[in-house]
Amino acid sequence: MPTDAVAAHGGHDHHHDHAQEQLANKVFGFWLYLMTDCILFATAFAGVAVNRHSYAGGPTGKDIFELNGVIIETACLLFSSVTYGFAMLAAHRNNKSQVMLWLGITFLFGLGFIGFEVKEFMHLVADGNGPERSAFLSSFFLLVATHGCHVTAGLLWMATLMFQMGVMGKPLNTTYMSRLTCLSLFWHFLDIVWICVFTVVYLMGVI
Amino acid sequence: MREFFRQVARRKPLLLLPLLLLSGCSNWAIMDPQGPIGRAEKSLVFTAVILMLIVVVPVIVLTLVFAWHFRASNKKAVYRPDFHHSTTIEIIVWVVPCLIVLALGILTWKTTHALDPYKPLVAQNGEKPIEVDVIALDWKWLFVYPQLHIASVNELAMPVGASVDFRITSGTVMNAFFIPQLGTQIYAMGGMQTEVHLSADHAGIYQGLSANFSGNGFSGMTFKAIATDKAGFDAWVQKVRGSSQVLDTQSFALLSKASENVPVSYYGTVNGDIFGEQIASFVGSPPSMKTMKGNGDQASAKTTGGSNGMSGM
Amino acid sequence: MLGRLTWAAIPLDNPIEMGAVGLMGIVVLIVLGFIARYNLWVYLWKEWITTIDHKKIGIMYILMALVMLLRGFADAIMMRTQLAFSHGASHGYLPPEHYDQIFSAHGVIMIFFVAMPFVIGFMNVAVPLQIGARDVAFPFLNSISFWLTFVGMALVNLSLAIGEFGQAGWLAYPPLSELKYSPGSGIDYWIWSLQISGIGTLLTGVNFFVTIIKMRAPGMTFMRMPVFVWTILCTSILIMAAFPVLTATIGMLTLDRYLDFHFFTNDGGGNQMMYVNLIWAWGHPEVYILILPVFGVFSEVVSTYSSKRLFAYTSMVWATVSITVLSFVVWLHHFFTMGSGADVNAFFGISTMVIAIPTGVKIFNWLFTMYGGRVRYEPAMLWTVGFMVTFTIGGMTGVMMAVPGIDFIVHNSLFLIAHFHNVIIGGVVFGCFAGLNYWFPKMFGFKLEAKWGTRSFWFWLVGFYVAFVPLYALGFMGATRRMEHYDNPAWVPYMWVALLGAVLIFCGIVCSILQIVVSIRDRAKLQDVTGDIWGGRTLEWAISSPPPFYNFATTPTVADAEPLWDAKQRGTIERQARDHYEDIHMPKNTGAGFIIAVFAGIMGFAMIWYIWWLAILSVVGIILTLIIRTCNDDIDYYVPGEEVARIEKAHFLKVASLETEKQHAD
Repeated sequence: MPTDAVAAHGGHDHHHDHAQEQLANKVFGFWLYLMTDCILFATAFAGVAVNRHSYAGGPTGKDIFELNGVIIETACLLFSSVTYGFAMLAAHRNNKSQVMLWLGITFLFGLGFIGFEVKEFMHLVADGNGPERSAFLSSFFLLVATHGCHVTAGLLWMATLMFQMGVMGKPLNTTYMSRLTCLSLFWHFLDIVWICVFTVVYLMGVI
Repeated sequence: MREFFRQVARRKPLLLLPLLLLSGCSNWAIMDPQGPIGRAEKSLVFTAVILMLIVVVPVIVLTLVFAWHFRASNKKAVYRPDFHHSTTIEIIVWVVPCLIVLALGILTWKTTHALDPYKPLVAQNGEKPIEVDVIALDWKWLFVYPQLHIASVNELAMPVGASVDFRITSGTVMNAFFIPQLGTQIYAMGGMQTEVHLSADHAGIYQGLSANFSGNGFSGMTFKAIATDKAGFDAWVQKVRGSSQVLDTQSFALLSKASENVPVSYYGTVNGDIFGEQIASFVGSPPSMKTMKGNGDQASAKTTGGSNGMSGM
Repeated sequence: MLGRLTWAAIPLDNPIEMGAVGLMGIVVLIVLGFIARYNLWVYLWKEWITTIDHKKIGIMYILMALVMLLRGFADAIMMRTQLAFSHGASHGYLPPEHYDQIFSAHGVIMIFFVAMPFVIGFMNVAVPLQIGARDVAFPFLNSISFWLTFVGMALVNLSLAIGEFGQAGWLAYPPLSELKYSPGSGIDYWIWSLQISGIGTLLTGVNFFVTIIKMRAPGMTFMRMPVFVWTILCTSILIMAAFPVLTATIGMLTLDRYLDFHFFTNDGGGNQMMYVNLIWAWGHPEVYILILPVFGVFSEVVSTYSSKRLFAYTSMVWATVSITVLSFVVWLHHFFTMGSGADVNAFFGISTMVIAIPTGVKIFNWLFTMYGGRVRYEPAMLWTVGFMVTFTIGGMTGVMMAVPGIDFIVHNSLFLIAHFHNVIIGGVVFGCFAGLNYWFPKMFGFKLEAKWGTRSFWFWLVGFYVAFVPLYALGFMGATRRMEHYDNPAWVPYMWVALLGAVLIFCGIVCSILQIVVSIRDRAKLQDVTGDIWGGRTLEWAISSPPPFYNFATTPTVADAEPLWDAKQRGTIERQARDHYEDIHMPKNTGAGFIIAVFAGIMGFAMIWYIWWLAILSVVGIILTLIIRTCNDDIDYYVPGEEVARIEKAHFLKVASLETEKQHAD
């Protein structure tokens, strides 16, 4: 075997390096997954672009979008990104109780976002403007609901982390730091996607 | 290893078989074209193959020669375990394929524009083009002659030398309109209109078919394309006119119902714009919009492809 | 309660399907009986189902591919038989609705459950070993990937017994695949099996990209990676970029079918052309996801059996990279006949041809690798030479169809069928057999017997030409694909020759099975004691066969693109075990991947049959399994250095005793 002795670490150092390396791999891998998610969203955006005028006699964006609700919704999500940032700062200070606090606030903002979105969907469907009305609405519902499902998954993940650290008493070790970091990437990513959704679907829809 | 060679030697002629047997036999539909489009496409096949053989033949020969000569049991062959780089060879193996692709690329650019299915043909008989509206149904073809107000199912006639302007749509799933001996096929899609311009320069009966799978009755979705002289075409038109069947919205709805291996039938009269109505029934716009080229609304974005179609997707 | 699932879903009135179901049932029963007889349940659970060892997962992928090859081939020979008989007044033995399922299933199985698992199997077996790693970056994720693929495969096969499979071809073009035109369960089986296995594949892509980027042995720079690793790196990129598109597209079709959306319907403003564009935006890279890894296999094989360094390594790498990039700008060549303008068609035609340049360069490089070599004709090398000749022809017919003017007359004809079988059989299948012969000793510790392997090769090679040259010809005669009946009597002899070819390929498959059986019987004689049975050049041959579960006792350092060859030249190979080894950190086995996949399979089945409550329960099951798994901190352990020393000593002792034996024999 073509081997040279790798510099011999002391046992614990060796183990520690290994954990650090795995943490880096996890964050890198998760970031790659987000890039694939990006392509998923890009495909949904492509659907919106292709079907932007396919009203099939149904309503246009101008007819149905109510920007007021959407703006509050957007604000919820943007604020939640900020509060998640505070959670990460607290995590780097190794202050678990503050992490829990900020995660809780983030969770509530996220829940608010989902609430507004569900309300908007119910409103549209009740008016007969559900996804079955036209290709334009199909694409709209797919894109926005895909984002909504992601946010819901993020909330579930956040709840799990809070349960694990709060109730089960897991420490803020590398494992949980890597999970917090991955969720952080996820959450900010969804924020960026939402800004695109807001611009392309809502703003350009009502103009 | 001798076996290897014998096998290959035996197979080589077989590979060229399709190319050698092309001429003269009417079974080689595509290699026996009966119109200008098909003829141009056939010659394109030969040009492209010959261009590629410049590199394909040496590759195959060299593979077999090297494989044979450098076999481990051949002690006469030199062993050069460190021969893994040669600038000359690398330049050759990059440049030669590049040149061939360059030639093919120029050929492709020119012929793709020359053979664009949407490009009208110049009729050899100097007359106005014949218009045929084609509707693919489950599982038969409806041909409407808007200038003559007649229609036929699974049979199509055209005068020799005339340019025939086909406008194609589907009343069902995706199909493809294809008469192999005349050349170029094109998809038939619901709510959209595609076009192809064909011409026959010899009288004959040519097989037509759907070249895109469309369900259980697909195999029986064939038709006859009759190319005949002017008199023969007029006689055919008279024959169709003699039919008492009328094609209107009701009878079209009846015809649209799924059926397999449908025999030829004629409609002596056509009432209304069946083709336009078919497209509109999917698109949900008034049936009056007949020309759907180029304006920015939804139907046209889907019909003529080209500059405003799905190309950006 | 059971949605639309009733007893009528079981095709009791169809003797062919029930026969197939019976046959599969018998095979499953025999396997289960065997497991019960030798009480292997615990062994299976502990060593295989819960394993997260990349080598074992790789073996399971390959086993699945081989079994599915039989299923896919059964479909193929049924189609060829139908077409040999079904002309004029005779309508063959298969009604259209059955024939349509067969060609759809054949395509899906061969691409998704034969070719894909085969190449992913090789990735798993070889990549971590070639880069000197302990395992992949995310071993648990790897287990999920495999079991999701497995479940997708199981759903396709279940459709034989319960309900039906899709009748709209392997890519299920809408509107035919919409609820209006395909109301049965077939398209839903297609949707869920592809969706589930597709997610598995996507995760594999992420996993291997991180593995290759982050876990290479010290000294292995990018330009020192074996070419196979390069091709897998590019494949991973393709998977990550292409599979989300598939997921989204199938998702849109799912919404159309389940919730009355209008993405691809004829009415409601739907746009079927969007589906065709999207599915090929995935589908064309998919072709390269299959072919790039086997290009890697051929690179390893040709250089090993020629006892020579690969010719023009740098060229090879850049060719691979350029193919990766170009594969995203050619998808429209699958539908020149849709009526795009001449500019668009010409652009995509030319970009397609440009791919032929790096591909051609690769062929030349393999050729010049043989030049000046000592070529040993083991089966793997035979497959390689067969590939080089066959693939060149397939490439030529491919470039022909890249010219839109030619495509206009051969699109969707049997010429197209002949072309893509020419590159898939002549490329991917040959490559998989080459890889199987090459890495089999690494996987199992003994090599595959050469005589039956050679026979298999010749039957496949000759069978391929006999089966598909007539199809090229039929394409020129105007024969279209997917027809189950035709009227032209002139086609009949060609159809019969093609059937004969399929029979020859069948003989090839039988020889392959015999090759494996005979090899297992003679495994003592065929044993690979040293771990380097072919005179290998890359790191996987530097350790024992099969490798110990931790792969490398000490992390190797690399100073050359062919580290083992380099070490042999310099005489720096270790010939005996060290006295001291470090503890090795290893992940523990887990059943979570399997359980998640089973839930996913139940969810798919429930969705197909509209059993909503069961679908919801399964999703909850998946989420709970994941949460429970993340709550578990006890997921890894350390192998003590003494244990490693014991295993390594045993291996070196065995090698030494073989060498003494050899000296005695001389």
